[in-house]
Amino acid sequence: MGTKQLIGALGEDFVAKYLVARNYEILERNWRIREGEIDLVAISEHGIIVFVEVKTRTNSAFGHPLEAITREKAYRLQRLALAWLTINHRWGFEYRIDAAGVLIAKGEKFEIDYRIAVL
Amino acid sequence: MSLALTSTVSLTGLVGNLIEVEVDISDGLPSYILLGLPDAALNESKDRVRAALVNSGEVWPNKKVTVSLSPAWLPKSGSAFDLPIALTLLMAQGLVPKDEPGICIYLGELALDGQVRSVRGVLPAVLAAKKLGFTKALVPFKNYAEAKCVSGIEIIAVNSLTDALQYLRYGEIPDSPDPFIFNEDNGYLDLCDVAGQIGARKALEIAAIGGHHLLFIGPPGTGKTMLAERIPSILPPLNEDSILEVTAIHSIAGTLLDRELLSRLPPFIAPHHTTTAPAMIGGGAHAIRPGATSLAHQGVLFIDEAPECARGVLDSLRQPLESGNVTISRASGSVTYPARFMLVLAANPCPCGRFSGRGRSCTCTQVSIRRYLQRLSGPLLDRIDIRVFVDSPSRFEMASDELGESSSTVRERVIAARAISERRFTDCLWNLNSQIPPSELRKRFRAEKLGMNFLHTELDSERLSARGFHKVLRIAWSIADSNGHSIPNRDDVESAFRLREGMELLA
Repeated sequence: MGTKQLIGALGEDFVAKYLVARNYEILERNWRIREGEIDLVAISEHGIIVFVEVKTRTNSAFGHPLEAITREKAYRLQRLALAWLTINHRWGFEYRIDAAGVLIAKGEKFEIDYRIAVL
Repeated sequence: MSLALTSTVSLTGLVGNLIEVEVDISDGLPSYILLGLPDAALNESKDRVRAALVNSGEVWPNKKVTVSLSPAWLPKSGSAFDLPIALTLLMAQGLVPKDEPGICIYLGELALDGQVRSVRGVLPAVLAAKKLGFTKALVPFKNYAEAKCVSGIEIIAVNSLTDALQYLRYGEIPDSPDPFIFNEDNGYLDLCDVAGQIGARKALEIAAIGGHHLLFIGPPGTGKTMLAERIPSILPPLNEDSILEVTAIHSIAGTLLDRELLSRLPPFIAPHHTTTAPAMIGGGAHAIRPGATSLAHQGVLFIDEAPECARGVLDSLRQPLESGNVTISRASGSVTYPARFMLVLAANPCPCGRFSGRGRSCTCTQVSIRRYLQRLSGPLLDRIDIRVFVDSPSRFEMASDELGESSSTVRERVIAARAISERRFTDCLWNLNSQIPPSELRKRFRAEKLGMNFLHTELDSERLSARGFHKVLRIAWSIADSNGHSIPNRDDVESAFRLREGMELLA
């Protein structure tokens, strides 16, 4: 695993723990089809399916992590979410798309900026 | 919920519209949406505002930012929204105290380093704000003098975004430039530079008294342009209302720097003869800009080589000549600008330009001379009262080291004569001799009996048309005012007739 992938995985792990701590159940990690990948799929205690896009950075020299999610990427996320619901026979379930920006500072300190229902 | 609102003014022509700048910052992916029909320059404001904020040490919200400029249906253009958008953004984040509605308007373009740059149209915008009941205006430093022309509204001039924030946070008013003064006439072109040309000088003076439109005909290099350029110096200086109006037009056109701010000297605008109709009367896709006719408002519009002009361009002058304003319609709306000017056309006597005196060196045929001058359309020539032949000054005139009369002397006479005509027209709808309607010329404003007889004789011998008859009478009134006659006598009428001689042949 390259450094980039490692940093990404670290960020996703952190977000997963963050969600579990808030009574979410993780259904899927790095779900991948031809069109792309969903970082995390979770279900809340109220039965809402949550798709999470995680962006991890080790410094903010390139701007806020969430700025990397462009309009096109957001729409792709929307399509992927619908694809996941179809493939997993969850049509009609309430769902939302969240975004999480993770900043890994020196000394393995994590900072999270979690945004609910960004689309 | 983070929401804030400020006010600014956008212009449709000279009319200011109150625009509310609303900013909402909500959770969601970082994005920036600008609503309210922005044009390209305004859509680019996002990147200017962001850089300016960050470089001024302020915070850019990494959230979903929605900026709405209302009323939403009105197309908006220009960069003057940068400053209000930046300030409202900070207000919405709670970093600056919120704006009290109805007190202050904000105008200014932001540079990337947070400097506030000058914008067009500040004077009319501030004027509109005052009419809407605002008591303060925050404007770019370089537009201070212009904004200050409007009395009864507090002007705060800012050099940078930081200046504006200091003011909003702590009430610190940044230093303003020195107070302005009405620019007294200095540095204009003076009539005493013109050698000889006694006849042309007299014609200019009469034209200035009555506001008559002029046509110069003469070979190249005889001083047509020189004479025309000096007309503003003999016109009465602009009064304060006119100064504001003229300055407002030039502010929108962005030509204030060409013209000394608040000059009392009437403007002189000389578009090139290849100019297009939109440049002449105004136009533009988004913001409709005033054209040469409006820039010449209250002054002189001079078109050299008029027969070389595209015919449509010259004829586009007919509406402003008739109504004193131009209405321009485009997809983005329709705009009216004032355009009351003195038209001065110059033409060579023939295509080769050497037709003068006895025409010895001219190589043109009769037909080509006729065709050349016929390029000036009849309806346009119809609106021109006075025709002046300008010929080379004689050797004697050129050699003389005696200066001609200076502009200030001539102007004093023009002002005195205009005072007489204005008194005569106190109960009328017009105030210049060139504007007397034909029916009034036949009733109230006739010449002395001998003068009228002269005109009737000329009319009978077909040297004068009915239209020319009225024109001559109007000029005769100007001459009478200049000579201090209470009513034009026969000499005045004859002189007036000579100032029109040849006009009938041209049309």
